[in-house]
Amino acid sequence: MIRRHLPFATVAVIALVAAPLLLEPFRLGLLAKYLCYAIVALGIGLAWGKGGMLTLGQGVFFGLGGYSMAMYLKLTEAGGAGGGLPDFMVWSGVESLPALWVPFGNPVFALGMAVLGPMAIALILGTLVFRQRVRGAYFAILTQALAAAMVILLVGQQGLTGGTNGMTNFFELFGQDLAEDSTQRGLYLVVASVLGLLYLATRQLVNSRYGRLLVAVRDGEDRVRFLGYDPALVKTVTFAISAGMAGLAGALFVPVVGIISPALLGVVPSLELVVAVAVGGRHALAGAVLGAVVMGYAKTAFSEQFADGWLYLQGALFILVMTLAPKGIAGISRSIAGRLRHARAT
Amino acid sequence: MTAFVNQLPIGLSIGAVLLLIALGLTFTFGQMGVINMAHGSFIMAGAYTAYLLQDLVLALPAAFLVAGAMGLVLERLAIRHLYGRPLDTLLLTWGVSLVLQQLARDLFGAPNVQVSAPSWLSGGVGILPYNRLFIMGLAVAGVVGVWFYLTRTGLGRRTQAVVQNRQLAATSGIDTGRIDMLTFFIGSGLAGVAGVAVTLIGPVGPALGDYYIVDAFLVVVAGGLGQLRGAVLAALGLGLLNSYAEFWSDASLAKVIVFAVIIAFLQIRPQGMFVLRSRALT
Repeated sequence: MIRRHLPFATVAVIALVAAPLLLEPFRLGLLAKYLCYAIVALGIGLAWGKGGMLTLGQGVFFGLGGYSMAMYLKLTEAGGAGGGLPDFMVWSGVESLPALWVPFGNPVFALGMAVLGPMAIALILGTLVFRQRVRGAYFAILTQALAAAMVILLVGQQGLTGGTNGMTNFFELFGQDLAEDSTQRGLYLVVASVLGLLYLATRQLVNSRYGRLLVAVRDGEDRVRFLGYDPALVKTVTFAISAGMAGLAGALFVPVVGIISPALLGVVPSLELVVAVAVGGRHALAGAVLGAVVMGYAKTAFSEQFADGWLYLQGALFILVMTLAPKGIAGISRSIAGRLRHARAT
Repeated sequence: MTAFVNQLPIGLSIGAVLLLIALGLTFTFGQMGVINMAHGSFIMAGAYTAYLLQDLVLALPAAFLVAGAMGLVLERLAIRHLYGRPLDTLLLTWGVSLVLQQLARDLFGAPNVQVSAPSWLSGGVGILPYNRLFIMGLAVAGVVGVWFYLTRTGLGRRTQAVVQNRQLAATSGIDTGRIDMLTFFIGSGLAGVAGVAVTLIGPVGPALGDYYIVDAFLVVVAGGLGQLRGAVLAALGLGLLNSYAEFWSDASLAKVIVFAVIIAFLQIRPQGMFVLRSRALT
């Protein structure tokens, strides 16, 4: 029992106690950003690793969460709903607050929408698509098209969304100054705790009867159907859960990083997260989380050194991981652990 | 009404470009189950070939060979090892396209470049500009060529056999590996030709392929795997839908409308317009 939970407890202590004490504020902020991505990655790990649904549109859900949060922040800063206008609206010549924006002045509504909005879209899309037994590569292509459409929509509706620049210049969250180190440290702790709790909840889910059904759907959808279950329902629910996680991650991302824009949620960022999950190991939830943090760190580190080289490195990394180690870091470490155990037994 | 008519050549020529791109995709996808994200880079390679040569007539065969050769190398070196794992190939080929895009940026610079169209393509008949007409002609030639290859040559018939049932084809003595190589070569080559075509209607940049690749995949989904008829109808439909949706609503809503239409279409025909009948459980 203790042994099973030891790895998670160790990581939790390091993340919650050691990191805020040891890291300087800038590095802690970066780590918080990677952890936000890790929440999205956890959702991908669930949908793709356990459920076999390769979703290339998680950026859409991440973005919906992010934009919900950003709208709330912009409204509080502009003087509450119905009061002043957010800065970018003034620049685009919008004269009164659009009706779509009004309810986002309420933090409960904004946070609720950040999670429920993506879940609702995923439920609708999942129902339409999975009921018709559209799956595998087809599903991947459709989610990718959704991401592409979303970016064009956000860029085009300049007055509503801030266009290409998105929204930035957030100053306070719930009365706390976002520029303060203490606020950022608090945010980091919130992000890390949310990730930890979601990880535990997802692990519980995967180990439940529902989780077994999900894996069964991945490995033999028709057999599951012949046994009397409804695979479309199982997949839709899972897809919605992963969308909700991405939405929540987006909502946390905005105050941590201080910007949300179409460039953060299009086809490329969505794919990057999927690749991070693949690098970490899609079959293990911990691998997905690890992959997101490692890839996020690698991207920052290499981009700091040589900006263009990163793309070559990233490309080469995918090619190597896919051909040589399709199970990712988690797969490699598991096979090493297995070999060690084997060696000890003989 | 005039606006409606004026929009027609734009929609048709976009459809023609999508068709040239989707022809390659639908066969690599239908035959090998490979989702080739690097296909977009082959379009780009074709476009830069046209930029280097600055001669349309020379560029067409050259782009076909350049892009085809790139496809062949990719198939032999990487994709071959991943058959049966379509989602992994998707990610792998995306990695390849990242590298190729950055390579293009380093070789030709990040800003867009222009290919000068030959003088005999300026002007037009009525509302049909010659350059758009030329693109449509190219697509027609591509379709006729592929159709001829598939139905009238031995290699093409063998290709169809592999699409329909790989194991059975292999047991009948068809060298499926060679057919795969050939399909990849032709499909990638057509992407190169599409790349030359798009230089006639827009500037050339390293991310050129990204603009078309998502729509081209939608063509494959809507048309049905490995189906020539499906690809033709879906490409034209999508091209027209795109240009009219852009015209009637605004450009930012067009893609959302197209997406909604595709999802609605899949409710009626989940496997696309035309389906290869089989009794296999997929």
